[in-house]
Amino acid sequence: MSHRQLLSGNEAVALGALHVGCARGTGYPGTPSTEILERFDELGGEAEWAPNEKVAAEVALGVAFAGVRAMVTMKHVGLNVAADVLFTSAYSGVQGALVFVVADDPGLASSQDEQDTRRYGIAAGVPIIEPADSQEAYDYTRLAFTVSARWKTPVILRLTTRVSHTAAMVQPCDAAETPPRPHFVRDIPGRVMIPGHARIKHRALRSKLAEIQKWNETEGPNRILPGAAAVGIVTCGVASQYAREAAPEATVLKLGMTYPLPFQTILGFLKDKAKRFVIEENDPFLVEQIRAAGGDVPWNPEAFRMGELNVARVKRILTHDASPEPVAPRGKPPCLCPGCPHAYVFEILKKHDCIVAGDIGCYTLAALPPLSAMDSQICMGASIGVGLGLRHVLPEAEARRVVSVIGDSTFLHSGLTGVAEMVWNPPPFGHVLIVLDNQTTAMTGQQENPATGRRLDHTPSPRIRIEEVIAAMGVKNVLTLNPVRQAVELDAALVKALQTNELTAIVARQPCLLAARQIRAAEQPSCVACGTGAGG
Amino acid sequence: MKTMKTDPTRNIRIAGLGGMGILTSSQVLAEVLFEAGYDVKKAEVHGMAQRGGSVASDIRFGRHILSPMIPDGETDFLLILASEEIEMHRPALRPGGVLIDARAFDAAALPNRKSLNIAMLGALSRHLDIPVDAWHRAIRAAFPEKLRDLNVQAFETGRNLPKPGDTL
Repeated sequence: MSHRQLLSGNEAVALGALHVGCARGTGYPGTPSTEILERFDELGGEAEWAPNEKVAAEVALGVAFAGVRAMVTMKHVGLNVAADVLFTSAYSGVQGALVFVVADDPGLASSQDEQDTRRYGIAAGVPIIEPADSQEAYDYTRLAFTVSARWKTPVILRLTTRVSHTAAMVQPCDAAETPPRPHFVRDIPGRVMIPGHARIKHRALRSKLAEIQKWNETEGPNRILPGAAAVGIVTCGVASQYAREAAPEATVLKLGMTYPLPFQTILGFLKDKAKRFVIEENDPFLVEQIRAAGGDVPWNPEAFRMGELNVARVKRILTHDASPEPVAPRGKPPCLCPGCPHAYVFEILKKHDCIVAGDIGCYTLAALPPLSAMDSQICMGASIGVGLGLRHVLPEAEARRVVSVIGDSTFLHSGLTGVAEMVWNPPPFGHVLIVLDNQTTAMTGQQENPATGRRLDHTPSPRIRIEEVIAAMGVKNVLTLNPVRQAVELDAALVKALQTNELTAIVARQPCLLAARQIRAAEQPSCVACGTGAGG
Repeated sequence: MKTMKTDPTRNIRIAGLGGMGILTSSQVLAEVLFEAGYDVKKAEVHGMAQRGGSVASDIRFGRHILSPMIPDGETDFLLILASEEIEMHRPALRPGGVLIDARAFDAAALPNRKSLNIAMLGALSRHLDIPVDAWHRAIRAAFPEKLRDLNVQAFETGRNLPKPGDTL
């Protein structure tokens, strides 16, 4: 029997995927999902970072079309990028198995919104499985692959911060599954989603979902935890832990598959309960559906769809306590590391009172005091489009101060099409793009990206040269400067660029302080004497 | 598999600022408790907070742990690495809970400034019924070879403090 292990939910997902024979894991780093693929690689799984979530999902879909099992990992907002793949792969279905592992961030520990991934399940017609702790993260990962393989449909495994980043006990199951061998089976009407084919596949999807719902009623991962009959709580995910701690006497229906829901089970459970509650994190996803199905469950006060739940907040819901919640102390906000190369660039932008269309990464911290040198941040890659939009319509004096600032990994994730727009529809006074190239994906924990010259496992790969791509796309002035050692030159280049009506891109390249040692080691030439790489 | 312990839930919070080694020390602590046979949950937040902001890790152990985070007022041991963070976490302590404050440590007595996180585990270890060699094993497992002795030494410095924490 395998040993019990102390694993985070993310590590448990990786182990579950390995044991269920996942042939390839793809993804893009994003808190709180990042460690899944890193652990999957450490365990010996085939894992890769893709340039963005859409490409990652497409690669995973191709793997699943080849008859084997694939997972793609991302944070909640990553699924917005990959949504196109999700919706139509629900129609096409898969030959092997495809699991979208999506980690939500209720309470916004490290995200730009607190959207609820479960909405995508309904919208796309994709089953959703929600673990509540590391053991379930392991078990339900295996289950997600099993459901996907059985019904030839993609499945979403929905994690949240406290599932992903809580370490807890896992007892792995010894039965490792032997993956099938990849083999191409032609299925043109099944995978070429032209209207004539897709109409038929849409019907097929709806019948699959009806079957899965029936299965969820009788064999799904849903449990009743007995207690006093008076109070019945329907719950799922980590919220179920808070509910059980807050109301140890209550009878609890804990749902593991939250789409499509087992309505008969739920309505049967609620029938004899004098007091009924639904405890869930984020949107009133269960409440809406249960009420629509005729279940008499109350809405929770609007405040509880925002922020994380915890034992105290669940007690408030259960006791109808509407008194104002205590304001949690904020603590010290994060900031750029002392000596961070990004800070040099923002000092210059601040000095010239630039209007900075920003992007997503460590450098977003430049929006906070004392720098306060970023004016917008919306989503991956938005710096370029938003900067161009501002330049198109602002009066000249203001338009000339607009600069788009984006990091290296974010640039290759979603900045390339922004540059195409910049070249294709240039604003009257030109535009200035600064790529902060710290040679790593810093915020999520120093992952590789297509410009670092190394893959997920830090082995060498061809490197995409950001300045060459931008020049090849048609930006007239492209400079590469070191923001620390060439701060004066960078300042002068920026001033000049703001004055012309031309397009300028400045690549500010200096390694992240936290990653510098790792980058130096990886970039040392191979040792001639022993024939091995000197990296480590 | 060892027999699961049947003790009631106990709660430990380690708090400070990003970069102080809170995630490392909470990992060591969680492993020690897990090896001792407890059900353990360790909750922390990664990402943005690690860039120099407030960071806290909650470790709960006992027979069967539900919520990963410690409910306010139920923390038995509060380890504070950055003294400016004390007030924020004080409401988390239960009456009679123990505060272990970094200011009790003489930085000069530590083998290395960065080993404060492990020294604080040494002070905590005086309050827990765990054999000292289990602590040493977990510390050695958590660090690369060249940092192992140094961190064990830091642990011992904390363990031998005349007053390992204040009961509040």
